[in-house]
Amino acid sequence: MANRIRHNHSDDGVDRRGFLECMAWAGTGLVWAAAGGLLTSRSFARGAARAARADFTFVQISDSHIGFKKEPNKDVIGTLQQTINQINALPTQPELMIHTGDLTHLAKPEEFDTVAEVLKSAKVGNIVYVPGEHDIFSDDAKLYLERFGKGTKGLSWQSFDQKGVHFIGLINVANLKPGGLGTLGDEQLEWLKNDVAALGDSTPIVVFAHVPLWTVYEKWGWGTQDSGQALALLKRFGSVTVLNGHIHQILQKVEGNMTFHTARSTAFPQPEPGKAASPGPIKNVAADELRRMLGLTKVSYVEGKGALAVVDATLERA
Amino acid sequence: MRQLMQKTIMLLLLLVPAAVLVGCSQRIDEAPEMKGTAALVDKSSGPVQEIVIDNFTFSPATVTIAPGTRVVWINHDDVPHTATSTSKPKRFESGTLDTDDKFAHVFTEPGTYSYFCAVHPKMTGQIIVK
Repeated sequence: MANRIRHNHSDDGVDRRGFLECMAWAGTGLVWAAAGGLLTSRSFARGAARAARADFTFVQISDSHIGFKKEPNKDVIGTLQQTINQINALPTQPELMIHTGDLTHLAKPEEFDTVAEVLKSAKVGNIVYVPGEHDIFSDDAKLYLERFGKGTKGLSWQSFDQKGVHFIGLINVANLKPGGLGTLGDEQLEWLKNDVAALGDSTPIVVFAHVPLWTVYEKWGWGTQDSGQALALLKRFGSVTVLNGHIHQILQKVEGNMTFHTARSTAFPQPEPGKAASPGPIKNVAADELRRMLGLTKVSYVEGKGALAVVDATLERA
Repeated sequence: MRQLMQKTIMLLLLLVPAAVLVGCSQRIDEAPEMKGTAALVDKSSGPVQEIVIDNFTFSPATVTIAPGTRVVWINHDDVPHTATSTSKPKRFESGTLDTDDKFAHVFTEPGTYSYFCAVHPKMTGQIIVK
């Protein structure tokens, strides 16, 4: 596998060959892939044959948009519940579930109540959240912070360690500037700098935030204007996995030691970048087709193996 | 039905002058049959300029109006938007405009008023009053 990289593409001081030799797929991820009729990323799947048991797994869900009632999905509560049911049916219970924002559509109290109620049924070790712009724009994050921001800092940024992996939740949907993209802001960047300062380069890092931390499509605001500063702080680490939502479709990018991944929504799909007049919901979708456009993301980590395996599952059963 | 319409019209007639008095901004909640441009013609408070939100765009993005014009934003998208003044302090703020929601503001002072959607900041617009 390492032979596929013939020269060092980056100047980050980390040996590419050494890093790629560390890559491995976790077996459970692939079993899941086989059982669920899932879409997997070929770029991640090369090491499949050498897969080992995962030390722990976690799942990402995103953009549940509770409160949305239009085409193509008038039952976003139902599709969120189906997603949770699918997680509960996993052979190994995930230790963690990350919701990468837009829990609600309009940040109404009853919408937050519904999200909390549905997620109660999730058989996972712990649930962490970052807000999307839909969760905070109408009241400067007041309701969101009351309900989902406990134990977090600032506008709810957070970090924690689990089985040797350092998780960082960033907020890039607050204090948005006219004409601009997502924003992290100086205060949060300073916090991030201090947060990772003491970590060794070999610590696997998982970053989660709502809006992509790379510019997917500027015209639609699908990017974060100061993400470069955050990524510069993470460049020295041997394995960085960046998980985002917001764009309601899967996109992946590998850059140096960083893997970027956006998750599907559990509510409705959005068009590919630039392939529609606007990023609004794709409306003309048949019910069975919709289930192939919604879903969750499962991530497996094998201690000492560096890179994390990311597998996406749709709501469609095989 | 006719009775309901009459009530609605009376309610609107009562609401409009009240809004002008308290600061020139109002959310417009009305019965479905009252939707459309006809309902926007408000003879009691001068000219009306409509700005439609469609496909994540304010249209027209720039309008030039006379002082006293009432600007009405209508959201025709399936996702919520806002019309939020960019100045500090804000000159106007629509709050959440879900599908088909309307917001009106009367511009009395000459000047250039920039605004954007607080949910989708790429959406920007300008009101020029002169």
